[in-house]
Amino acid sequence: MDYSTLRRQITFMKKSFFDQGYLDEQFNQLEELQDESSPNFVEEVVALFLKDSPRLLTNIEHTIGKYPQDFHRLDSLVHQLKGSGSSIGAVRMKNECSVFKAHCNDKNLEGCRRSLQRMKREHATLKQKLESYFQLLRQVAPREHAVNSRK
Amino acid sequence: MMSCKGLGGEGSAAAAAALPHVLAVDDSSVDRAVISGILRSSKFRVTAVDSGKRALELLGSVCVIFLNLNLLLPFRLCASVLHVLPITFVLGLQEANVSMIITDYWMPEMTGYELLKKVKESSKLKGIPVVIMSSENVPTRITRCMEEGAEDFLLKPVQPSDVSRLCNRVLR
Repeated sequence: MDYSTLRRQITFMKKSFFDQGYLDEQFNQLEELQDESSPNFVEEVVALFLKDSPRLLTNIEHTIGKYPQDFHRLDSLVHQLKGSGSSIGAVRMKNECSVFKAHCNDKNLEGCRRSLQRMKREHATLKQKLESYFQLLRQVAPREHAVNSRK
Repeated sequence: MMSCKGLGGEGSAAAAAALPHVLAVDDSSVDRAVISGILRSSKFRVTAVDSGKRALELLGSVCVIFLNLNLLLPFRLCASVLHVLPITFVLGLQEANVSMIITDYWMPEMTGYELLKKVKESSKLKGIPVVIMSSENVPTRITRCMEEGAEDFLLKPVQPSDVSRLCNRVLR
């Protein structure tokens, strides 16, 4: 695939993430921070999120299964997930975390369970989309660096 | 994170010391990376730690280096190093010199509010501006932090524009 086609694909992919509500402005803000000294900043931050979030999801699932129910702990765990999700602009994840939190507040375990399932699906989709995005970016990266160094 | 530079390193140590050094405190690895990235792109030196406890260790870290050095070297060598140490020590102090602390509010064990209180209670540290970050907009929380001497309160997700505006006001 040639450079300009790749570039178009990247732009289109990113636009679809925004249009479909997977990512918000925070993601753009992070991309704007990238420069020669930290060219892969967003990919690194997303990698941290994708490393950390499965652990949180597992802990949430484990805590839901415990008896007696520990809604305080559930709230604390989902608070962390919501925080890191919103820091990378993962708006769907953030919103689902808010739904989960509301169920926690109502001590609605079944609501929490259903919300967790949605969260896991959102997470899997987001992971797949972002990984594809960065894979494409890596393909144009050597060319970008060459272009920048000529400036 | 901390190092004692030799005498020859004076030039670079002085240059490095000229850049404001911000201490970022957050238990989330993602948020640490984001705040570090934002601060670095504004050309600040950043040290990021994951707890209030580690932050206080760093802020009071002068003694820690001294002790570690003594443990690492045999006694005779230690004695001659100690002659040199006061000078390298001063350079080390300059590097540790923290111009601002930016901390998350909700952290296990020690909250950002508790860290703020400890900093403001310390005669050595109380002059350092402390900024609190939180994902929750709780007016009573904000008031309490400001009353305790916080420089500012930022809502998460923290954006580059928030931080550069803040740093320009506080640090330059």
